[in-house]
Amino acid sequence: MNAFQDYFKNGSIPWTKTNLLGLEYLSAAEITLILDQAAEFKRLGALGITKHPLLNGVVVGNLFFEPSTRTRTSFGLAAKRLSADTVDFSPSGSSLSKGESFLDTARNIEAMGVSLMVVRHKTPGAPEFLSQRIQAGVLNAGDGTHEHPTQGLLDLMTMRERCGSLAGKTVALVGDIRHSRVARSNIWGLTKLGAKVIVCGPATLIPPRIEELGVEVSYNFDEILPRVDCINLLRIQFERQRGAFFPSIHEYAHLFGMNSERLGRAKEDVVILAPGPINRGVEITPDVADGDHSVILDQVSNGLTIRMACLYLLHCRQVDQASRSPCII
Amino acid sequence: MPTLLLQQGRIIDPASQRDETGSLLIDGNRIVGIVPADTAADRVLDARDKIIAPGLIDMRVSLREPGNEEDETILTGTAAALAGGFTTIACMPDTDPPMDNRAAAEFVILQAERAGNCRVVPIGAITKQLRGEELAEIAQLVAGGAKAFSDAKRSLSNSEVMRRALEYTRMMNKPILHHPQVPELVAGGMMHEGYYSTLLGIPPMPAAAETIMIHRDIVLAEMTDGQIHLMGISTAKGVEQIRRARNRGIRVTADVTPHHLFFLDESLRNFESKYKVNPPFRTQADVNALLEGLQDGTIDVICSDHQPFAEEKVSCELDQTPFGIVGLETLLPACITRLITPGLMSWTKLLKKLTINPARILGLESGTLAEGAIADITIIDPRASTLIQPDHFRSKGRRTPFAGMNLNGKVDTVLVSGAIKFTATSA
Repeated sequence: MNAFQDYFKNGSIPWTKTNLLGLEYLSAAEITLILDQAAEFKRLGALGITKHPLLNGVVVGNLFFEPSTRTRTSFGLAAKRLSADTVDFSPSGSSLSKGESFLDTARNIEAMGVSLMVVRHKTPGAPEFLSQRIQAGVLNAGDGTHEHPTQGLLDLMTMRERCGSLAGKTVALVGDIRHSRVARSNIWGLTKLGAKVIVCGPATLIPPRIEELGVEVSYNFDEILPRVDCINLLRIQFERQRGAFFPSIHEYAHLFGMNSERLGRAKEDVVILAPGPINRGVEITPDVADGDHSVILDQVSNGLTIRMACLYLLHCRQVDQASRSPCII
Repeated sequence: MPTLLLQQGRIIDPASQRDETGSLLIDGNRIVGIVPADTAADRVLDARDKIIAPGLIDMRVSLREPGNEEDETILTGTAAALAGGFTTIACMPDTDPPMDNRAAAEFVILQAERAGNCRVVPIGAITKQLRGEELAEIAQLVAGGAKAFSDAKRSLSNSEVMRRALEYTRMMNKPILHHPQVPELVAGGMMHEGYYSTLLGIPPMPAAAETIMIHRDIVLAEMTDGQIHLMGISTAKGVEQIRRARNRGIRVTADVTPHHLFFLDESLRNFESKYKVNPPFRTQADVNALLEGLQDGTIDVICSDHQPFAEEKVSCELDQTPFGIVGLETLLPACITRLITPGLMSWTKLLKKLTINPARILGLESGTLAEGAIADITIIDPRASTLIQPDHFRSKGRRTPFAGMNLNGKVDTVLVSGAIKFTATSA
C-alpha cells in the first residue's frame, strides 16, 4: 500500500495546499504524495481503468496566456480523465485582444463555476498574483522564468521510475538555466528528495548565485558526464533570448549538445530526459533522443498522471474545507 | 495683516542652526521671528511638545497632469503633499505631453494656483519629448518657471547630449537631475540582480547599471563644471563614488527615497508590485551604505519619488504594472521611524535634507524660518504615530509598501504663506 492509500484509509489526506504554485513551496512529503498518487493512477491505467469519477461536476479552467501544446493538452486530458468539465481559454480571438485585463479575464472564467484554474503565463508570479485575488485553486502551468511545478514533478516521477529512490543520485540540468522555469522546479524537487544537482551550461545562461540554491555549477559538460545518473537537457529558449548569450547554435551544440559520442562516455545506465519541445540537433541529436537511454516519451505519459494527481489533491482539499465549513443554511 | 503665534514649540531651523523651545510670530505671509510666549496675536496655535520646522520640500514628485489624470492631478497631488507636510513640491516633466516647453511649465504653475494647496516648482525636460536626443528649449522653460531639468526616469545615455545639457544649464545656474542607470544593462529588468532574482526568475537589474552611470556623470560634471544631482541612489558603490567626487570638489549632489532605506530585494518574494520600484530595492549592505551616506552628508536630500497610478494599472501582472509607489503621505513618518527613532540621525540633520538642502539645489528662497522669510511652516507631532491607510490618502495613487504599518510621528499643521492649509484630524 502506498502512502496515499494509507492516508486515504485513515479518512484524511495530508495535503493542505489550496494552490500549486511551485515546488519551492512543497515539502518532500508533499512531493512524494503527489508522485505516489500519480503512480497509482498510472497503475490503474495499465489495468485499463483510465477514467475516474473523482471530479464529477467540477469545472477546471485552462487559462493559457502563453502558447503551449503539450502542457495544455495534458492538463485538458487529465481533467477529463477525472470526469471534470473543462473551460479553455487562450488569448487569440479572446477578449484579451479587446483590452481586457488578466485579472478580469480570470474572474469572468471563474464566474462560470470554475473551482480549479490552470494558469500558464509569461510573467513570473502571475499565478500567485491570481491566487491572491480569486477563490478557485490555482495550478501553475509555467510562469515565465520562475517555475513549472508539474513539469518538475513529471521529471521526478520519470527519474524515480528508472533510478528508484532519488536520494544520493546525481542529476545534471544542462543548457539554458537562466531562462528555465523547468530548471528551478527541478532544483527544488530534486534537492528536497535528496538528489545532488549539477547545473551546466554557458556562463551567460547560468544566473548569479544559483549555487546558493544548493547546486553545483559547471561549465564543462564533458567533465561532469561520467558522474551523473540522469541528464535533463533543457530547451534553448530562443523566445526568451535577449541579445546574444552564445555565438551560434553550432557552438552551443559543440559544448553542450548531447550526442552518441558523449553518451558513450556517460554511465552505462544514464537516463536522458528532455522537457520538450526539443530542438533536435541542438540540445540532443535524433539518435540519442530516440535511443534506449531516452525517457522523453515516458515523461509525456507521466505528465498526464502527475496532472491528474495534482488536480485531484487540490480538489480533495477543497472538499475537505467545504465539509468543515460552519456555514450551514 | 493678521498675526499668528505658534506658541511654545521646539523650533528647529537647520538653515540658521537653531534648535530651541520658543514661540514664532507670523505677520501675514512672513515670519517675524522668535518672540516671548505671551506676545499678543490675532490667533494663537499651541505648539507645545511639537516641532516647528520650515515647510518641507519634496524635490521629486510625478503629478501626471496633463495626460494621465486618472493617476493623479495637480489638485490631488498637492492635497497629498500638504497632508504629508510639504509646502513645496518639484514636479517631474514626465507628463503626456511632456513638460518640454514654456507653455507646459506655465500650465503646471497655473493649475497649482487654481488648486490653492502647496507650491509647485516645475522641473523642465532636458530633451525634447524626453527622447534624449535634442535639447529642449531650456531658457524658455526657465522663463516659464522651471527650476531644474530632468528627463525623469529616462536615463540620458548619450554622453554627448548630457555633456551639452550640463554646459547649457550651467549658463542659467540650474541643476540637471539625472536617473543614473545604463539602459542596456537593465532592459526588461524588474528587480535587483542577486540571489532573489535568480530564485524568482525575475529579469534582473544589476547594481553595475547604476555605478557605471554615476561614474560617467561625475566625469562629465567635472569636465563641464555643470551642476548634477543624482536621483534615487540605491547602491553602496554609488554612494562611495559620490563621496569621493565631492571630496575632490566636484559639483554633484544626490538624493535617496525613504523606501530604499526600509526594503530589500527579497521583499519581492511574493511578486507583489508594491515592491517594484526603479531603482530596485537592493541588499542590506546597500541600505547600510545609504544610511552612512545620509549621516556623513554625501546624500543631501530625501525625497518621495511619488509615483501615483490608478488601480487598474496596479492590479495586473508584475511586468505589466509600471515601476513606482506613492510617497508624499508616508515620507515624514517613514523618515522618523527609520532615522530618528533608532537614533541614527538628529532632527536638525533630517530636516536639513527635507528643507534647506533641496531649496538650495533648486535655488528656492524657502526652506528656512529666518526673520522675514515666507511663512511656509510644518508643525510635526513627534510623539504621535501615523497608521498608513492608503484608502484614506488624498493622492489618487494607493500603492505603497508601507500600507498597514504604524509609523512614528505625525504631520500636525501645515502653513503656506502664513495660511493654515492642513490640520491633522485628531484620531
